[in-house]
Amino acid sequence: MPIINVEELTDKDKALMEVNQLKLEVKLERWMTSKCCEEIKDYIQAGVEEDTLVKGISEEKNPFKEKGGCVVS
Amino acid sequence: MCDQTFMAATFGPCDSCGKTGPLMNIYIKNEPVNYCSFCVEVMAYRGLQKGETLETLRQESDTLKKKLEEERGKLNDVELHQVAEKIEVVGALSIKTRRVLKGHGNKVLCMDWCKDKRRLVSSSQDGKVIVWDGFTLNKENGVSLPCTWVMACAYAPSGCAVALGDGLDNKCSVIPLSLDKNENLATKKKSVAMHTNYVSGCTFTSSDMQILTSSGDGSCALWDVESGQLLQSFHGHTADVLSLDLSPSETGNTFVSGGCDKKSCVWDMRSGQNIQTFENHESDINCVKYYPSGDAFASASDDATCRLYDLRADREVAIYQKDSIIFGASSVDFSLSGRLLFAGYNDYSINVWDVLKVTRVSILFGHENRISRVCVSPDGTALCSASWDHTLRIWA
Repeated sequence: MPIINVEELTDKDKALMEVNQLKLEVKLERWMTSKCCEEIKDYIQAGVEEDTLVKGISEEKNPFKEKGGCVVS
Repeated sequence: MCDQTFMAATFGPCDSCGKTGPLMNIYIKNEPVNYCSFCVEVMAYRGLQKGETLETLRQESDTLKKKLEEERGKLNDVELHQVAEKIEVVGALSIKTRRVLKGHGNKVLCMDWCKDKRRLVSSSQDGKVIVWDGFTLNKENGVSLPCTWVMACAYAPSGCAVALGDGLDNKCSVIPLSLDKNENLATKKKSVAMHTNYVSGCTFTSSDMQILTSSGDGSCALWDVESGQLLQSFHGHTADVLSLDLSPSETGNTFVSGGCDKKSCVWDMRSGQNIQTFENHESDINCVKYYPSGDAFASASDDATCRLYDLRADREVAIYQKDSIIFGASSVDFSLSGRLLFAGYNDYSINVWDVLKVTRVSILFGHENRISRVCVSPDGTALCSASWDHTLRIWA
């Protein structure tokens, strides 16, 4: 498997690569966008409660909380 | 084969056959040459089917692209934000800088979290690579590679090694980490990958045994760490590849790459085949990152937008942009659930986008120069950003 250097390819080589790739891609099987977006939404809804960057986290539980000084009480 | 009639601007000896006559001025590999019409014909036929010239290929490419857009358009029945209308808006975020990691002497170009969620590795233009403990700010290990720009770095899944991508040497190396702070790790550096141009990105696959690299030479490659052997190479980009990301899905054997040809490509790791290509950005793609479920990915570009692509719909489903954002986006990462998209920009800020509603939720200020990389920790508790201002910041 040769390693190529894209600078050595001629314009014709690049165009041929592109045409062959496009021929393959036109034939792909696709889903409806509505179905895919629903799935993304469902995935997020399932995980969002655990997502501390979204929901926030209490100072005590935050592993990155600022190291406080000592308080004399 | 008779001579075609053409406008001859030059008359003289042909660069190819030496015969004197009217010459055509053409370009071969971007070099101007003067060939007689016979040699031009010979050249055009070399390696291609009869009649296939650059022009016909370009026309075929345009026709196929239109067809592809049509096919994709047929299934586009709704926008992402419409699906998300009923979902409640993300509340005000309480994210702020919790740690500033100082220690690099030049631009920090890359960073990566360890799976233990507290350590991270960062690499800089001054050749230094530092392993930090994110909780204590302790510098656990440091390696100095004075004559290199370490453009990419990655933590091994085991946490016992790091991979470094070299901007000047064109290699990707692996360094085993040691508990002994005084050990000179630079001597244990092992070269694994060899490209013909700079290494822009590297990542370990599911184990410490293989690494995937992307390069300025337009290719990506999969390597065996132990032997340094090339296992698979991936060709399809027509310019520098700037970023890559491995699919998080357990059954997935794919990765996505993005580059200066404004394209992002999804690849099958075993066959080397380019599965899908997306060409929507208007400028270089600086970063690509998979969505946590593995069914979509986001890309960040110099055109100041970030875009979300769904792999099963085979199309772009959202563009994260604002008229007021004019600087290029250099890096993106998703929060744990995928609700938020963090994007670092060349205007020194990090914009936080609501992935579903396609709106900006927040801006994180603090860095004093361009953001080179943003990365969410493995358990989603923190975001780390690396910048040209020589520091890294942890936000939580």
